[in-house]
Amino acid sequence: MINTYIDFYGEFQLRVVMMLKIEDLHVTVGDKQILQGVNLHIKPGETHVLFGPNGSGKSSLLGAIMGFKRYRVAGGKIFFRGEDITPLSVHERAQRGLGIAFQRPPVLRGISMYDLLRISGQEKVDGIEEMAKSLNFISFLPRDVNFGFSGGEIKRSELLQLLAQDPDLVLLDEPESGVDLENIALIGHAINQLLQKDSFQKRECSRREIKEGRRKSGLIITHTGFILDYVPADVGHVLYEGQLSCSGLNPRELLGCIHELGYGECTRCLV
Amino acid sequence: MQEEKRLKARKAVEKQDTCGDEIDFRQYREEGEPHPSLTRLEDLSQAEQRDMIRAGVDITEKERTGTYIQKDHSVIHTSVLQEGLEVLSITEALERYPWLEDYYWRTVAVDADKYTARAELHREHGYFIRALPGVKAVYPIQACLYITQEGLIQDVHNIVIAEEGSELHIITGCTTGHGVESGMHVGVSEFYIKKNAKLSFTMIHSWAEDVAVRPRTGTIVEEGGVFLSNYICMRPVRSLQMYPTAYLVGDGSLARYHSILVGQPGSRLDVGSRVVLRGEKSRAEIIARSITKGGHIINRGHLVGEVPNVKGHLECRGLMLAPEGVIYAVPELEARVEGVELSHEAAVGKIAEEEIEYLMARGLTEEEATATIVRGFLNVKIMGLPPELEEEVQQAIEVSRQSAL
Repeated sequence: MINTYIDFYGEFQLRVVMMLKIEDLHVTVGDKQILQGVNLHIKPGETHVLFGPNGSGKSSLLGAIMGFKRYRVAGGKIFFRGEDITPLSVHERAQRGLGIAFQRPPVLRGISMYDLLRISGQEKVDGIEEMAKSLNFISFLPRDVNFGFSGGEIKRSELLQLLAQDPDLVLLDEPESGVDLENIALIGHAINQLLQKDSFQKRECSRREIKEGRRKSGLIITHTGFILDYVPADVGHVLYEGQLSCSGLNPRELLGCIHELGYGECTRCLV
Repeated sequence: MQEEKRLKARKAVEKQDTCGDEIDFRQYREEGEPHPSLTRLEDLSQAEQRDMIRAGVDITEKERTGTYIQKDHSVIHTSVLQEGLEVLSITEALERYPWLEDYYWRTVAVDADKYTARAELHREHGYFIRALPGVKAVYPIQACLYITQEGLIQDVHNIVIAEEGSELHIITGCTTGHGVESGMHVGVSEFYIKKNAKLSFTMIHSWAEDVAVRPRTGTIVEEGGVFLSNYICMRPVRSLQMYPTAYLVGDGSLARYHSILVGQPGSRLDVGSRVVLRGEKSRAEIIARSITKGGHIINRGHLVGEVPNVKGHLECRGLMLAPEGVIYAVPELEARVEGVELSHEAAVGKIAEEEIEYLMARGLTEEEATATIVRGFLNVKIMGLPPELEEEVQQAIEVSRQSAL
C-alpha cells in the first residue's frame, strides 16, 4: 500500500497507493442513469462518510464498487490498491479485500449463521464465538441466516460477517438504521474494530501515529449521522444528482450544513 | 380372510391409479433367481456394499439395532441386536403370528389400484418390524430392498408396529445393483403407531434410470403417538408415483412428513404426502423440497381436518436448476368442520441472484455459492429425533446427496 521512492533530489519520499480510486464512474440500473461521473479517492486508514438524499444513488455506488450485476458500469473505472477491478466479479473483489454490509440481505434457509461465518472467514473458525459475543449474537449462531431477524439483528449479523471476513475496505450502508439505542454502541464498537479505530487507542500513541498505524479504510452511508457519535470519520461527501460534491470536508461540519440548509442548497453553496 | 382380500385384489388387477404414468407389467420379469442367505453383511461383494451404502445401509451394523436385507425375491439377512425388537421377513412373521393377517390392508385398500392388487397376489416377502410395548430402540433398524436382476419386478409388503409406549427408528434404502438399468418395485408399507409410541421412518430411494416405482403407504397413529417420515429420492428413476397417507386417529397424535426430491433429466416423479386429522388436537406438518435438474416433478400435499381443534401446515418449495424440467406444486387443504386450522405456503422458482451475490460478497465463487444454497435448500432439519440419531439420518442423506449432485 505504502512504498517509498527516491525523488529528483535524491530524497526518500512516501508514495501512497490509494485504497480506492474511482474515476469518472457512470452507473446505470435498468435503463436509468444513477451515477454520472463520480470521482473518489480513499487513502489507507481513512474513513469516508457519504450523505445524500433518498434515491441519490448512495447504495448504487456501494453496489458498483462491490461489483453487483444490477449496477452496470457504463463508464469510468474503479481501482483497488492500484489495480483496476472494474472487470472483476464480486467474489474476486471480496478475495482482494473488499467487504460490504448489506442493508437488506436475503434470507438463506438451511444455512446457519455459523456456516456463513465459516465461509466469510475462509474456514478460520477461531474467534467466531468471541466476535459473536462482542456483538451479543451468540444465540443466533445456530439459526438460519437472516431468518426472522429484526432490523437491528441484521445489522449485527452483517458486521459479524465482516469481522470474520476482515476486509481492508469496508463498505457500510446505513449501519445504524433500525438499531435500538442499547445496541448502537455495540455497532459503533464493531465498526471501530473493523476499521482498526480502537486498536491503537489503548497504547500511548500520538494522534498522528494512530492514524498512520491504521491500514483499513471505510466508506459509510449515513442519513442521520448518528453513527458519527461512535465512529470517528475523516472525510465527508454529498452524493447529489449523480455526482459527489462538498468532498473533503469534515463530516460533522458537513452534516451541520445539511441540517441547516438542506441538500440542494448545501451542495450549491459549497461546490 | 386372505381369500377375501385376494378376491378383491383380482378384481382390481386392471385398475389404474388416478396419478402417475401407466406401467405395463408385461415388460418385466416375474421370476428371479434365488440368493443364498448371509450371516454377515461384510460377506457381500464390494460392489454390493457400495450400492447399499449409497442407500443408507451401515454394513458394519454397529450403529443399528437390526437389519433386514432383501435381494430380489430372497431375504438374505435379518438380524436384531436389541431385546424387545423384532425384525423378520413378513412371510416368516405371518407363520409365527397368525394375528398379523389382521394388519394387512388396514391403512391401504387392497383394491386401491393394480399395484396394491399385484402386491397382494404376489406376496414376495417384505419386512415385519415391531417394537414391543415400552421398548425404546437405541439405534435405528435398517432395511434394504435391493434389485440385482435386470428387468425384475419386486413386490413387497412391509408392516411396522410400534406397540404402546415404544420408540422405533427405521432407515430403509431401496436400490438397484450396479449395472441394472431397468426393473420395477411395488412396495406396500403399513405403519401402526400405538398409544404414546413413536416411529421415525427414513426412506432413501436410489434407483436406476429405467426403473419404475410404486410405493403404497398408509399409517395409523393412535392417541399421543408420533410419526415422522423422511423421504429422499435424488438419483435418476424413470417413473415414481406415491401418495403416502397418515391417519391421525388418536387424540394429540402427530405426523410430520419431510421429502427431498431431485428430478434428474428423464425422471418423472409424482410424490405427495397426505395427513387426515381425525383425533382431537392432532397436528400435522408436511415439508417438501424439490429440485429439478431437467426432470418432471409433481409435488402434492393434502391436509384434511375432520374434527375441531386440529392444526396442520404444508410447506412446498421447488428450485429449478436447469432450463428444462417442470415442478408442479399442488398443495391442498380440506377443512370438514369448524375450528380447523390449516395453512400452506408454496414457492417455485430459480435461485435468487441476490442470494448468490450475497455469498460471493463473502468470497465464494458463483459455483460455490450456488452449491451452498442448494445444500441449504435440501437441508431439512429432521426435528424430533435424538441428536445422535439425527446425525445418523443426516449422514445417510449426505451420502445419497453426494452421489446425486
